[in-house]
Order: sequence, then structure tokens, then C-alpha cells
Amino acid sequence: MKILFNYLIFPGFLFSAFAGLLSSWIDRKVTARIQWRTGPPWYQNFIDIIKLFGKETIVPEGAKLTFLLSPFLGILSLVLVSTILGKALQSPLESFAADLIVVLYLLMIPGISLIVGAFASRNPLASIGASREMKLILAYELPFILSVITVVIKSAGAIGLGPIINHQINSGSNIASLSGALAFIIAILCAQAKLGFVPFDVSEAEQEIVAGVLIEYSGLPLAVFRLTKAILVYTMPLLLIILFWAKDLSIAALIGKYVAILAMIILIKNTNPRLRIDQILRFFWGPLAACGIIAVILASFGL
Amino acid sequence: MNLKLKALTKSIWVFHAACSPCNNCDIEILDLLTPRHDVERFGITLAGSVRHADALLVTGVPNYKTKERLKKLYSQAPQPCLVIAIGSCACGRVMFRDSYNSPCAVDEIVPVSVYIPGCPPKPEAMIAGIAKLIEKVKGKK
Repeated sequence: MKILFNYLIFPGFLFSAFAGLLSSWIDRKVTARIQWRTGPPWYQNFIDIIKLFGKETIVPEGAKLTFLLSPFLGILSLVLVSTILGKALQSPLESFAADLIVVLYLLMIPGISLIVGAFASRNPLASIGASREMKLILAYELPFILSVITVVIKSAGAIGLGPIINHQINSGSNIASLSGALAFIIAILCAQAKLGFVPFDVSEAEQEIVAGVLIEYSGLPLAVFRLTKAILVYTMPLLLIILFWAKDLSIAALIGKYVAILAMIILIKNTNPRLRIDQILRFFWGPLAACGIIAVILASFGL
Repeated sequence: MNLKLKALTKSIWVFHAACSPCNNCDIEILDLLTPRHDVERFGITLAGSVRHADALLVTGVPNYKTKERLKKLYSQAPQPCLVIAIGSCACGRVMFRDSYNSPCAVDEIVPVSVYIPGCPPKPEAMIAGIAKLIEKVKGKK
């Protein structure tokens, strides 16, 4: 019963969906202000989702069952991530062993569900988007895991979220050290790619492949995909806070840090043009992976 | 008024269906998204795919090729889908009415919900037209 409550309501689905939609509004509003516009009202994203629930759902001819199932696969695993993160923040001592690895795996599933759904829709532009998304996942996972390894080394080999938080509460945030700061920069760029925000939004690229992976989706499945993306906007900064910046975990500090990381992501989004997929691959596997290795080496020297 | 309808009128995603226009109307439509008129205030955004669209913005006089495309686009859009004819050409073909390559007007292909005349219409006129459309949808229930 308590598990269901956690999964569906408090740190889980309802809360993270609310927080995610609200932070997507912050994203739209800040983007609008940067472009000298007014921007939508705060409830705009909620209205968008409600509207999509009321629209007709079109299944393209010859699409497989996975076309309709894949959005739910993505959102279910992502809600599990936000539940684990929320519980770890609430009571760091209760978290189960090695939940960091579970979180890393589950965070990959929304991207995979996008790929599965796009290929099932039998649209040529969607399959271009899906193949780009696949390369994008391959690209950002390597530096992201390197930066996570840095954190694990810094917190004396602990691979649970609870021990990592405890270590930071006792001996200062990871971001305060040299290797931690380097790993944080890497992780924030990887979060940008995971969210599909602008320098790395090749899989949805509106101007070249229309809406890419989402091109055939309408109505309910599209609403679920947008909700997934909103929850991801809530989850990724939270994960970054837990990994790098968990010294002070009072509510006010948490919200402040969350908004700061979100603002950083939005600023990167609004000041960069879209990269090509080969440039992205070169960027992540070249300079960023090298920085990741340097961070791991620095961390193992205790810097 | 039910929630579904209210949500629809507060978040209209438009798809730009250009049926061989001269591009003046399209430039004016893009003006709507710029800082001066910013229609995102009302939840109106441009959608890339017709599957995401709530309204088709039709500009220009359909010719033999775009006639078929427009019919197909309308059938691909999820219902409820509104059609907005922008510019004098889309409203009534004006001087192209007797032209050899103009088979029919827009409203003979798809059901048009609102006409916004002008060559090209001002952005203010388009916003006024969309406000009238929202009134109409609300009244129809």
C-alpha cells in the first residue's frame, strides 16, 4: 500500500508530473523572455496535456502494437526513477543497495521507448529520427557513466544513492572539488542530450525531419510522451543534485538548487544552435569522454 | 462548457498548410510568433507534424496538385480539427477565379471554420479572426 502510494502519488507519478509540467512551463517562459516575448501562462502545459487526451488517436496503417505500448513503457520506468530519487532524498538511510545502477538503466528506457515507437510507426522520417536517437544514446551514455564513476570513486566506492548523499552530507558536496566540478559539467551536458534539448535535439529536429520520432503520434500516446519528457525535466536535475550537490538538503535549498540547474540547462538550450549527429558523436566521445577520464583520474588521486 | 472544449480553445496548435500562396500571408503568419504579437501567450504554437495539429492554416489558391495534398492533410489530422482560411486567395480566389490552373476554392475541398480576408491580412486581423473562431467553437458546444 505504502509502495503504491509512493509510486503513484507522492514522490512518484502525480507529484513528478506536476513538478515536471511546472518546470516545462519555466522552460517555455524563460525561453520566451530571452526572445523578448511574453510567454504562456503557468497552466499552459497542463492544458496541452488535457487537450491531447481529448483528441483522436490515429494509428497509422500497418503499425504494430508496440506503437501504442511504447509510450507507457517509457513513462512507467521514468516514474520508477523519480520515485527512487524522491525516496532517497526523503530518507537516505533506507535506500536499497546499488540503486544508482538501477536508476542509470531505467533512465535509458524512455529513449529506447521513443526508438521502439518511432520504428513501429513505419514513417520514414520517424525512422531517421529513431536512428539519430539511437546514436545519441550511444553518444551520451559513455561520458555520463564516466562522470557517475567519478562520483562513486569520490564517495569511497558507494553505489547507492543513500550512501552517496550521506557521504556528501558528512564531507561536503562533490561539486566543490576539482574532479567533481569537471564531472558536473559533463553530466549537465549529458542531461541536456537526455532531455533532447536544443544543441542535441536531432531526433526531434522540427525544421528538418518535421517532428522526427513523434511524427505519427497523436492524442493519448502523444500526451504520454510529452508527460514523459516533462517528468524527465524534473528527474534529471534532481539526479544531478543527488550526485553532485547534496550537502544541504532542506526544502528551500533543494528548490533553489533545482531552479539553478534548470536555469543552466535552459540557458544552454537558448544560446546554442543544433548540432549534426556526427558532430554530437564526436563531441561526446572526443573532448567530453576525455574530460570524463581526466575526472576519474583526478578523483582516484583524491582531488 | 466541458473541459475538453475549454482545453482545446486554450491550446490551439496550428499546422501551416501552404496551398501555392505568394508567401505574403506566410510571412504575416510568422509575424504572429514574433515578440510584437507573440501568440504563445494564448497557447498557440506551430506544430511540425499534422498529427499534432488542432487547426490548419490554409493560405493561397489551391491548384491541381495542392488540391489533393490539402484533402490528404485534412484526412490525416486528428479530429476535432479546424480549418482557418487566411488571405483573400484562400477565402475566395480573388483574381485567380477564372485561371486555368485553379480548379476550386479552399472551402470546396475542406470545411472552413473561419475566413480571414486581406492581402495579406494584418497580424491583428488574424488574432481577431482566431478570437472569433474560439467564440464560435464555444457557442457550438
